Amino acid sequence: MSQKVLLSAKEIEIILHRLACQVLEHHLDFSESVLIGLQPRGTYLARRLLQLLESDYNVKNIPFGLLDITFYRDDFRRGDKTLAASTTEINFLVEGKRVVLIDDVLYTGRSIRAALTALQSFGRPGNIELLTLIDRRFSRHLPIQPDYRGRQVDAINEERVKVCWKENDGEDAVYLISN
Amino acid sequence: MSELSVRHLLGIKYLNLQDIELIFKTADHFKEVLGRSIKKVPSLRDITIANIFFENSTRTRLSFELAEKRLSADVVNFSAAQSSVRKGETLIDTVNNILSMKVDMVVMRHPNPGAGIFLSRHVDAAIVNAGDGAHEHPTQALLDSYSIREKLGGVAGKKVVIVGDILHSRVALSNIFALQMQGASVRVCGPKTLIPKYVESLGVTVEPDLRKALEWCDVANMLRVQNERMDMSYFPSTREYARQFGLTKPLLDSLDKEIVVMHPGPINRGVEITSDVADSSHSIILNQVENGVAIRMAVIYLLASKIKK
Repeated sequence: MSQKVLLSAKEIEIILHRLACQVLEHHLDFSESVLIGLQPRGTYLARRLLQLLESDYNVKNIPFGLLDITFYRDDFRRGDKTLAASTTEINFLVEGKRVVLIDDVLYTGRSIRAALTALQSFGRPGNIELLTLIDRRFSRHLPIQPDYRGRQVDAINEERVKVCWKENDGEDAVYLISN
Repeated sequence: MSELSVRHLLGIKYLNLQDIELIFKTADHFKEVLGRSIKKVPSLRDITIANIFFENSTRTRLSFELAEKRLSADVVNFSAAQSSVRKGETLIDTVNNILSMKVDMVVMRHPNPGAGIFLSRHVDAAIVNAGDGAHEHPTQALLDSYSIREKLGGVAGKKVVIVGDILHSRVALSNIFALQMQGASVRVCGPKTLIPKYVESLGVTVEPDLRKALEWCDVANMLRVQNERMDMSYFPSTREYARQFGLTKPLLDSLDKEIVVMHPGPINRGVEITSDVADSSHSIILNQVENGVAIRMAVIYLLASKIKK
C-alpha cells in the first residue's frame, strides 16, 4: 500500500478560504441560503466553511444542517453489511431556500443523488448547489457535477481518496491511497 | 455492531444486548424521520411484506403497517377471519401460498405459542413475531424499553413492576426478558391466580401488594385484564380486581415519589387503570404508541437488510 499527499494542511486552508469566498460571492447576504453537510464525512468540511464564513467574512446566522442519506441509498441489500445510519439534524424547512450541499469527495455521484432525494423530505428548495473538496474526474455514474470544487483529481478506480480532518484524524490532509 | 445477530425476530430471548442497542439506535434515526413533514424513506422499495393476523389487533397491526409503508415496502394484509383458514387450510399452506407471490417478510400474530418459530423452520422468509399466544410479543417489549429509556434516560438499574394478568400475557414475558437483559430489576404483581407458577425461576420477584410494589418501583407497567383468554374465573369480580390491583389517582398521589405509568393497550378504563391516571402526566401510554412505529421501522429495516438479493 502506498499513499501520496494530494493536499497539505496549508493547501486545504487556502482552498477553504477560496471556497468560502466563492460561496459568498454567489450568495452575498445569505438571507435565503442554507448550508447542509452530508453525514458522516461531509460534516467536517461543512462546519469549517460555516466557521470561516462567520469568523472571517462576518456572515452571521446561516441556517446549518446535517443530512444523513442512509435510508435513501440505492445499494440497500447489495453489500454484505447492514448500512448504519447517522443523525440528521435539520431544524428548518428548505422550502424556497438556496441550498449548498457539502461533501468531502465527489466520486460516483450516487451519494449526491440520494441526498437530493432526501432533501425533498424537508420541502422544495429554490435551488441546490454542490460543494466538494475533492472532485474525482472520470468516475461518475450519474450526471452530477459540483458547483464549487476544491481540487480536481484524476484517480483510477482502485485508488482511494482519503480526507483527514484535525477534529477527527489529528491532521488536515488529503491522501491518495493505492494498493 | 451494525447488524442483528438473527434473521427473524421471534422473541426477545433470541436477541442479545447488542441487538437491542442497535435496534434502539436505529429507531432514534427513524424517530427523527417521523418528525419531518414527509415521513417516508425509500429504503425498502424492493421488499414486500405480508401482515398475517390470526388474532384481532388494532394498534399493533396499524403500527406495523405504518412502519412498513414509511419504509416504502409493498404491503399485503391478511386477517384470518376473511380467509381460507376458515375453510381448513393449514398454517404452512397459507403462508407458502402467500410467499409464492414473492413476499420477502412475514409479520405474524397467532394465538398459538411458538407459531412464529414453527413457521421460520418451514418457510423461506424473514419472520417477525407480532404476538404468539401467551408466549412473546417482542416489538411491544422493545418499544416499552425504548419509551423507558427515552423518559428516564436509560433502562439499566431501573425498577419495573408489571401489574396484572401475568399468566396470559406475552407482553409480560417479553418485557421480563428485555428489561433483565438491559440490567433492570423486575417485580410482578397481581392476583395469585394470574401469576404463573415458578415465575421466580425467571429471576423476578412476586409482590402481591400493589401499594408496596409501587413504593418500590420507578416504572409501573399496567397490563390489561384479558377476559377473552380466561376460560374460568380467576378473580371474584371486576370491581374487586379494580379495588386491589387498579391504579388510581389517590393511590398514585399518596406515593412519596413520581413513577412512570405505562400500559400496552387496549385499556380497560376503570379496571386496571383509571382514566385520570391514564391521561395524567405520569402516563407515557401515547408515547409508547408513537415509539412503536419507530421501533418497528428499525426492526424491519435491520431484518430486511439481511434478506439475500
